[in-house]
Amino acid sequence: MSQNISKFDPRGLVVPLLLIALWWASAHWGWADTRLVVPPLDVVAYAREQFVSGELALGLVASLARDLAGFAIGAGAGLVIGALLALSPLTDRLAGPSLHAVKQVALFAWIPLISVWFGQGEPAKLVFIALATFYPVLFNTYEGIKSVRRELAEVTRVFGFGRRQTLLRLVLPAASPQIFAGLHLGLIYSWLGTIGAEYYLKVAPGVSTPLIDGREHFEMARVLYGMVLIGLVGALLNAVATRLEQRTLRWRPR
Amino acid sequence: MSAIGTLSLKHLNKSYPVKGQPLSVLEDISLDIQPGEFISIVGSSGCGKSTLLRLLIGLEDQFDGEILLDGQPVKGPSLERGIVFQDHRLFPWLTVEQNVALALENSPLSEADKRDTIAQHIELVSLTGFEKAYPHQLSGGMSQRVAIARGLVNRPRILLLDEPFGALDALTRAHLQVELQRIWQAEGITTVLVTHDVDEAVFLGDRVVVMQPRPGRIKRIVPVPLPHPRVRGDVRLAALRDDILADFSDAPRETLIEQPAPLPQRFEDFVLAW
Repeated sequence: MSQNISKFDPRGLVVPLLLIALWWASAHWGWADTRLVVPPLDVVAYAREQFVSGELALGLVASLARDLAGFAIGAGAGLVIGALLALSPLTDRLAGPSLHAVKQVALFAWIPLISVWFGQGEPAKLVFIALATFYPVLFNTYEGIKSVRRELAEVTRVFGFGRRQTLLRLVLPAASPQIFAGLHLGLIYSWLGTIGAEYYLKVAPGVSTPLIDGREHFEMARVLYGMVLIGLVGALLNAVATRLEQRTLRWRPR
Repeated sequence: MSAIGTLSLKHLNKSYPVKGQPLSVLEDISLDIQPGEFISIVGSSGCGKSTLLRLLIGLEDQFDGEILLDGQPVKGPSLERGIVFQDHRLFPWLTVEQNVALALENSPLSEADKRDTIAQHIELVSLTGFEKAYPHQLSGGMSQRVAIARGLVNRPRILLLDEPFGALDALTRAHLQVELQRIWQAEGITTVLVTHDVDEAVFLGDRVVVMQPRPGRIKRIVPVPLPHPRVRGDVRLAALRDDILADFSDAPRETLIEQPAPLPQRFEDFVLAW
């Protein structure tokens, strides 16, 4: 199969390297207050310390477990409800408008309500992450199933397929690119939700701890370390999702 | 070959409701098709020839009159009737082999027999070696061959072809017409080809049914008394073609384009009733 990973172009490194150089220079020559702009090596040193002490692994495992659990709940609900809405006109009429209306409430506006209903602990965090995952999965599943070509549905009629056969042989595979797009988006949103839940609900072990502590104690090295870590995990999740998508959807023209 | 595949149309009428009024698209179509015969139906756009084929395959069941296949009324789709659409309608996530196998999903054959017949039909359309290819890797002509294999793999009594080469380039089309002639001779199957290409209709058909529009009806039926396999460029074919083309020579009416009859929305087959 054709390779989809674009060839590495070193020109993409120019801007980040320049920025790091600028950062290093400004810290080195004291162009700015070093409490605000800490030297890059302080961030590296802090990262090493976290790695050696095991804090890094602890936080990563806690956050990833939280993220994946919330994702599983939200994606499962999104898949089931999205498919139900797409397949059942009555359900669509009844529940569709409400779901669209509720979607307009910005994600983070849910936090007060969730913390009142579910407390500040792990259940509340999972609810928030699941909610973040739910909508992209729901809408993409719905659209994917709705956009199955009528021409192909006629083919299954000609071959005498029943509803179950049509669902398994036509509807699900035809909708799968968009369902995967929804799951992919859901995974990105769930990571956003994980950070949000850790930051705004009760402190618990996780990758956001350096951000919160760093801000409390005015240690920019910790804050920057936390940001880089969160960014790297996000990129990793994205890469994994892309790989899975490509493997599963090999039949698509590139 | 046994004498199955007799298709008989008796006073077929079909109309669609347009703005509350019934618009007649087919009027009093009567036609008897013999087992193993190749019938070409030719007409300009809007003469109802594709609608006729949709009635024959059973994708539409609202009509007046009778359609009998070997004496049995046609009701809904059946594996006894195969069809090839203009757009090949292969499933893009299935390989060539799997696309052909799709037609056998509800066939009573054993798995081993299915495998054999799939291989035979892929060979019949000269695509051996491409079993594992996906549709996006095939040319238009190859895709249409897969569609032909898929239409034939159930060994139907009758094969229906809805402008199967209409979307192909002229060279590929000419080649596939010869291929179709060979496949039809090899299978001995009753075949109905709908086309707007008079050359194609005459080259392939034992009889050519000329249709005229508004409402769609049979203008005349032209026998093509030449043995198969035929050779392109035969002067007798050319003479028949010119004769039929003369039927379409009246200046087209200068009218605004009519809204085509709406295709019924039957997509919701797998949608729940609630």
